[in-house]
Amino acid sequence: MYGLGLFKGLGITMKNLVSPSRQFNIVQYPNRRASPFDLAKVDNQNPISFIATHPIKTLRSLIGLETLVDRMPQHANFRGEEFAWYDRRCTGCASCAKYCPLGIIKIVTGTSGVNQQEGQSYDIDVFDIDIGRCMFCGLCVEACPYDALHMGSGFEEGKYRRSDLVINVDQLKAAEKKPSTWFRPQLTDRGHDPIKGSTADWDQVGRHEKPSLEDQGERWAKR
Amino acid sequence: MTPTPAFFISFYTLRDLFDNLIQSLGFGASFGWMAGLLAGISISFLIINVMVMSTAFYTWFERRMIGRFQVRRGPNRNGPFGILQPFADVLKLIMKEDTIPDAADKPVFTLAPIALLAPTLMIMIVIPFGTYASDQAFLSNLNIGILFIVGVTSVNSIAIFMAGWGSRNKYAILGSMRGAAMLISYEIPMALGITSVLLLSGSLAMTQIVQSQSIWFILVMPMGFFVFMAASTAEMSRTPFDQIEAESELGSGYNTEYSGIKFAVLFLAEFMAPIVTAAVVTTLFLGGSQGFDFLPGGIWFAIKMFVLIFLLLWVRSTWPRLRIDQIMGFAWKILFGLGLFNIFLVAVEFMVAVELGHTKDDGSLTTEYMLIMAAVNWMVTIIAFVILANFVGKKKYHRPEPTASPLANMGIGGD
Amino acid sequence: MSTIRTEPVTINLGPQHPSTHGVFRLRVTFDGEEIIDVEPVFGYLHRGTEKLAESRNYVQIVTLTDRMDYVASMSNNLAYVRTVEKLADIDVPERAQYIRVISVELQRIASHLMATGFLLNDLGALATPLVYCFRERERILDLFEMLCGARITLSYMRPGGVFQDAPADFWNSLNVLISDFPNYLDELESLITTNEIVLARTIGVGLLSDTQAVDSGVSGPVLRAASVKWDLRKANPYEIYDRVNFDIPIGNSGDTYDRYYVRLQEMRESIKIISQCIEQIEPGPVRTETPFFIRPPVGETYSSVEGPKGELGFYMVSDGGISPYRCKVRAPSFINLTPLKDMLTGWKMGDLIIILGSIDIVLGEVDR
Ligand code: SF4
Ligand code: SF4
Repeated sequence: MYGLGLFKGLGITMKNLVSPSRQFNIVQYPNRRASPFDLAKVDNQNPISFIATHPIKTLRSLIGLETLVDRMPQHANFRGEEFAWYDRRCTGCASCAKYCPLGIIKIVTGTSGVNQQEGQSYDIDVFDIDIGRCMFCGLCVEACPYDALHMGSGFEEGKYRRSDLVINVDQLKAAEKKPSTWFRPQLTDRGHDPIKGSTADWDQVGRHEKPSLEDQGERWAKR
Repeated sequence: MTPTPAFFISFYTLRDLFDNLIQSLGFGASFGWMAGLLAGISISFLIINVMVMSTAFYTWFERRMIGRFQVRRGPNRNGPFGILQPFADVLKLIMKEDTIPDAADKPVFTLAPIALLAPTLMIMIVIPFGTYASDQAFLSNLNIGILFIVGVTSVNSIAIFMAGWGSRNKYAILGSMRGAAMLISYEIPMALGITSVLLLSGSLAMTQIVQSQSIWFILVMPMGFFVFMAASTAEMSRTPFDQIEAESELGSGYNTEYSGIKFAVLFLAEFMAPIVTAAVVTTLFLGGSQGFDFLPGGIWFAIKMFVLIFLLLWVRSTWPRLRIDQIMGFAWKILFGLGLFNIFLVAVEFMVAVELGHTKDDGSLTTEYMLIMAAVNWMVTIIAFVILANFVGKKKYHRPEPTASPLANMGIGGD
Repeated sequence: MSTIRTEPVTINLGPQHPSTHGVFRLRVTFDGEEIIDVEPVFGYLHRGTEKLAESRNYVQIVTLTDRMDYVASMSNNLAYVRTVEKLADIDVPERAQYIRVISVELQRIASHLMATGFLLNDLGALATPLVYCFRERERILDLFEMLCGARITLSYMRPGGVFQDAPADFWNSLNVLISDFPNYLDELESLITTNEIVLARTIGVGLLSDTQAVDSGVSGPVLRAASVKWDLRKANPYEIYDRVNFDIPIGNSGDTYDRYYVRLQEMRESIKIISQCIEQIEPGPVRTETPFFIRPPVGETYSSVEGPKGELGFYMVSDGGISPYRCKVRAPSFINLTPLKDMLTGWKMGDLIIILGSIDIVLGEVDR
């Protein structure tokens, strides 16, 4: 009958209003107002004893002064900023710089003063990534033949100057190494998850296992 | 959210109070006008502030509620549950630069917000909030209360036209032209709805209308309620009739060029309208402050208003908007007809009542007769709606099964 | 007899307007509320994608295609990498083709959800259906985040496959999604499809007849709503579309309602395609080894796919170097705007918005 559709529509919106399963998965970034129940959950107490023991906190939370950090659940594959770069792995080959569609990676290498014939790497003097222009496509990571460069999982890098957004070699060296598993299936296999805070050292991120002594002996002996 | 203090202080008590005060200060009886003036000022001060505050909370409620309907949260940052959000908004609007376009008609542009706000506030004067048998129930017991409402609301269309014309903006002009056409058209079904109420209650005074509702008029004449409700939704231009603003079509309609405090006033008037409308509908159709005795009448009034406002929000968050010609067609073809039919029905029934002697002394009907009327009217309404629905629907929206056009030769299947 | 003197009013709709879906400008001449002339003005979002492509190598261009139709990056990726594969004669492993089809169909659903939601927003439904649509689209974007680490600018595909296999938890989430998605579509339908106000606003509005549609070269749901049964997935099956069963929904008369309804039915068909793909997919490699810099032989080629908005094609000329000599995009949104004037003339202001909304343009693609 004509006109019924309108009321069906009203029913649908009412259903969405009341039924909890239809709610948006709301994340109140960066923090959310915490109710006493939330605070009790954080403190691992039951709500009643929490309210009894922390009256001031309860009051504060009731007028909306207590907050809890709330973050979007991210997947370990997330391509974000804070590149994880391992200077022990990087050879300064600049494949990444060449493959970046925007050309925003700047690499200057110098000799490190040790014997390069013995397999010592170049010294990386400059390794600038202008993340203000970066689009986090990850092509540099894909290009790196030595698994030295990895995406990170951050996304919040507000700065007042564009020049502050350029991350240089010292920052990259000092940064905590939480590589994203993007394009690094070897990390996924090890159950690495940067969002949960697991870090990986330089010798754990390679896609090739370091050959054991026996392997090496076998290979060299068979020649 | 409903103004409560206004129930308990009436103009007359205040005037007496000030009168006594003036007398005791030693002024003569010739200063009686001063008492009236002082009482009037304090009452206006009170009612304006109460209305502004309740509008502020209403905006908060509306945004929260629509947020919930849209499975979002709505404002929840400022203060507990975001209740301070309206104050933050108003502060922001006050601090904004108050721009007037160069080519604007400045006096008209400046006056329009006031012209829109004042009538909305003035309606509140005649609404009987409390349960008081005597005349001292509310701010002013005009004996033509309902006529006053009809008269005052028609100022709205002028104000909206002023806003659109004054700002010299094509979107604003389009919005206000639509507004003028629509508001004037919908005044007629609204008046028809009111007329049927008047027939039953036999009085123009709002208290009298409330008192005569031994059965709520929404039960006695659902059709009249429908007509009045639809018309007043259009009057305050909310979905499905929000052509005046139509933010997806006209940017922002008649208030495109407004900013700063002027916009705040327009915004206030616009959001006050649902409260005022809910109050009027409550008085006319939902038995005003009638209710059970365990709560005072003012609270019952507030509850009924709340239910109506919730209904309006529910509709607002669900239905799309009609096109301008469809809106006009709805007013003139459907609501006008239904309104006239309703008046006819009620009038006939009233005449029968008079013939059979079912009227009380003051001209209103007895409860038993109203019950019979309710039964008859509900049946008639349902039958009328079913006939109307099938008459309008069926043939227009029948979609035949699509047949593939011969222009495509994909060479697949038999089609 | 004297009449009131009236004159037409020209209004600039856009580039800053809530309902032009981007920085699109329409110079509309109104006679009262009625449209008597329309002149679209493009180019506010022109970023020179085609020219930029000439200075990028073949893999880097994938990132440019993301930014064309930014609500359907996956389809753009597919159209582009297919052209490169054709140009350089690269084979694609079977598993990669399945993953590509799954992700492209997910993207089609996401894009159609957005089109439907915004159409309803243009109808004035105060964003409620829009938010409902976004709620479901969000789940698809979550899937994309698992798949390739980004939500909008995906850059998932590479010439020769996709860059990495889907993680294990992707398949579980995908199964959950396709099992409750039909219910969700039912709910959306009962909110919109039977709503009399929507019917009154959309039926018979913005008619585009089949001859007109074919003559002006439109494609995608706009063409199919005009009852022309044309879909590249069936007419010229690429990837593994010849191995799955699905229908091509067509409309009745080519009005706004049909365009909406065709999109809704296409979402159901997409779900069907995805569930068949999940059954058929088998483990294997997802990417053929391609050189670091692809150097296709000298030549030119055109290939197209059925994107959410219509036929999305790339025409590329190679001079044997590491970047294309010329790259031309056949953008469906742009070509679907061709019959705009015919569709709009004679309708009212409110219809303009919904007709434009029902064509579903994305300005990143129109202006490129
Ligand atoms: S993520 Fe992309 S844009 Fe950013 S540095 Fe790497 S290659 Fe360049
Ligand atoms: S990060 Fe990788 S690609 Fe870049 S210079 Fe170092 S080793 Fe080469």
